[in-house]
Amino acid sequence: MLSGEILQVAFQSIVANKLRSFLTMLGIVIGVGAVITMVALGTGAQRAVEEQIQRLGTDLLSVYAGQSFRRGVASQDRVSLTTDDADALRRDGYALKAVVPELSRNQQVKYGNRNINVNVLATTADYPEVNNYDIEAGSMFTYGDDDSRRRVAVLGYGVPDMLETNGAAMIGQQISIRGIPFEIIGILAEKGAQGFSNPDEQILVPLKTGQFRVFGTDRLRSINVQVLHPDSMNVAMIGIERVLRREHGIQPGAPNDFQIRNRTEFLSTAQETTQTFTFLLAGIAAVSLLVGGIGIMNIMLVSVTERTREIGVRKALGATRSNIMLQFLVEAVTLCMLGGIVGILAGAGGAVALAKLQGWATVVSPQAVVVAFVFSAVIGIFFGLWPARRASLLDPIEALRHE
Amino acid sequence: MTGQPQAVDFRTGDIPTPDVIILTHKLSRDYHLGSEVVRALRDVSLQIRRNEFTAIMGPSGSGKSTLMNLLGCLDTPTGGEYWLNSQKVSELDDDELARIRNKEIGFVFQTFNLLPRATSLHNVELPLIYAGVKAKARHERAVAVMERVGLGDRMQHKPTELSGGQRQRVAIARALVNNPSILLADEPTGNLDSHTSQEIMEVFEGLHEAGQTIVVITHERDIAAHATRQIHLLDGLVEQDFTTEKTA
Ligand SMILES: Nc1ncnc2c1ncn2[C@@H]1O[C@H](COP(=O)(O)OP(=O)(O)OP(=O)(O)O)[C@@H](O)[C@H]1O
Ligand SMILES: [Mg+2]
Repeated sequence: MLSGEILQVAFQSIVANKLRSFLTMLGIVIGVGAVITMVALGTGAQRAVEEQIQRLGTDLLSVYAGQSFRRGVASQDRVSLTTDDADALRRDGYALKAVVPELSRNQQVKYGNRNINVNVLATTADYPEVNNYDIEAGSMFTYGDDDSRRRVAVLGYGVPDMLETNGAAMIGQQISIRGIPFEIIGILAEKGAQGFSNPDEQILVPLKTGQFRVFGTDRLRSINVQVLHPDSMNVAMIGIERVLRREHGIQPGAPNDFQIRNRTEFLSTAQETTQTFTFLLAGIAAVSLLVGGIGIMNIMLVSVTERTREIGVRKALGATRSNIMLQFLVEAVTLCMLGGIVGILAGAGGAVALAKLQGWATVVSPQAVVVAFVFSAVIGIFFGLWPARRASLLDPIEALRHE
Repeated sequence: MTGQPQAVDFRTGDIPTPDVIILTHKLSRDYHLGSEVVRALRDVSLQIRRNEFTAIMGPSGSGKSTLMNLLGCLDTPTGGEYWLNSQKVSELDDDELARIRNKEIGFVFQTFNLLPRATSLHNVELPLIYAGVKAKARHERAVAVMERVGLGDRMQHKPTELSGGQRQRVAIARALVNNPSILLADEPTGNLDSHTSQEIMEVFEGLHEAGQTIVVITHERDIAAHATRQIHLLDGLVEQDFTTEKTA
């Protein structure tokens, strides 16, 4: 009944002043559109960083050999991290799911009449799973292959290309690493370049095969550790530290001769940066929304003045202060919400256009849309309140006399 | 043409008898303009009974509109009591006054005061909207009262599409739609030619015959002649108050 009248009058008034309503709404459209686009940009950047973290694995720790210290002085030679250390971690570590030692060198590799120099990585059968590799063709070697030191190799996705050969056809073929023949049993799926290193350009061989037949050393490049759960990262780190200090015979109080790194650390910094960036963009866009809100207030004040006589008539016929107040508030909120809807569409369009034309990662999240919509309604209430109050407090006699 | 002035014996603390629709007791309205005080209405005491048709007359500035605004609950007095339909309204708050205006009073203005963007039917429905009447009942009542003032064929017209006399009929229909205790009209014929004025006054007469209590402000004697009682104001005081024989 009354709500119908209030809505009807609000729409009538908006439609009756089409150009004015449109220009007023434009402020909100631009403000909401800017917020949506900017937040989409920021969210896109954040999402990209998160994906990178996921790809690296949020549950991985890397242990590297560090410097050894003798009486507080760093010794010249780097202390080794050995396969024994890996075994000890596997045996005594806490909250660990997998321990994957990595022993690697660049080696001369020959296939047919082609020669390349490529990174050969001796590791265990867990390697693909822990590092999120899929198998493209063939299969991964097993712990059995490792124990019997079989000469089998699994190629990274990029290796066939380096050898200018068709990947699938290479399965079962011989490849020679440092002059030693290996049978190719599998090819890893593509992972894509990650900054400085290309994880697709390497050849995997079983750890013991590499250790005894190719490299002739047990000095590992690193040990990658997968923890049971991302939340147990810290206890796992403490456990690793304890085991390795014991293995290396480090006295209490002496510094570690190894480093444990959380792979995602530097990425969390990047994540924080993109978050700040998002807030900044949204903040700037919000200023334009504020300006749009002031436009709404201005036009509502004009509307109240123009309709003073109408307000007087309505009051004479029995409209209460709150009836009148609601009337103008609904009009302001309707204007703002219409502007908000158009702004959301425009902003989402802008985000899609930026993604298409500039190739920027943008994500229009449903939360951002809901927040923008609610916020435009709040702008309407906030900036509509004062003009509405002014209308409601008008003296009916003076309002009726108004020309 | 002249009858007896109406007796007014009412003391503060009394309650008016049920047949008295309007009772003012020493009603006054002062306007403060800087240091100067304009006493637009001075201790006006009068009673208007059910089904009286009263004309309020007097020279310009005598306080007619001031009295009308007080009777219509658009304004509040600076002194005295005002009882409407056995309710003491001189002490009500803003929302209660809005309810009284909606339920008890029907206004007809000199300048019609119709909403220009709404159809005449919607204009007539307005008081019912604020009274919270449901759409169907509202429509039926508005149509009925439009037909009663002879505008059954002008429901969907906007005010700008109507003549002055028709506009005033819409305004009268709007004033009547909520069955008010009293119909108040401030110079309802002031913007109309004499022929249309007579037609409008005939509408008022018809309503009066059907039992409606009416108060009309006018300058013109031949308009006032339609009423059954005349109250003459001068400088904010009742100068004359008498019942009349109707002259056709
Ligand atoms: N808002 C106001 N502020 C100050 N003085 C006012 C106000 N309204 C009315 N007055 C004064 O009160 C007196 C009575 O005014 P009122 O409008 O009641 O006269 P009226 O009898 O209706 O005259 P008219 O026939 O010209 O309409 C006048 O002297 C007027 O100047
Ligand atoms: Mg007047």
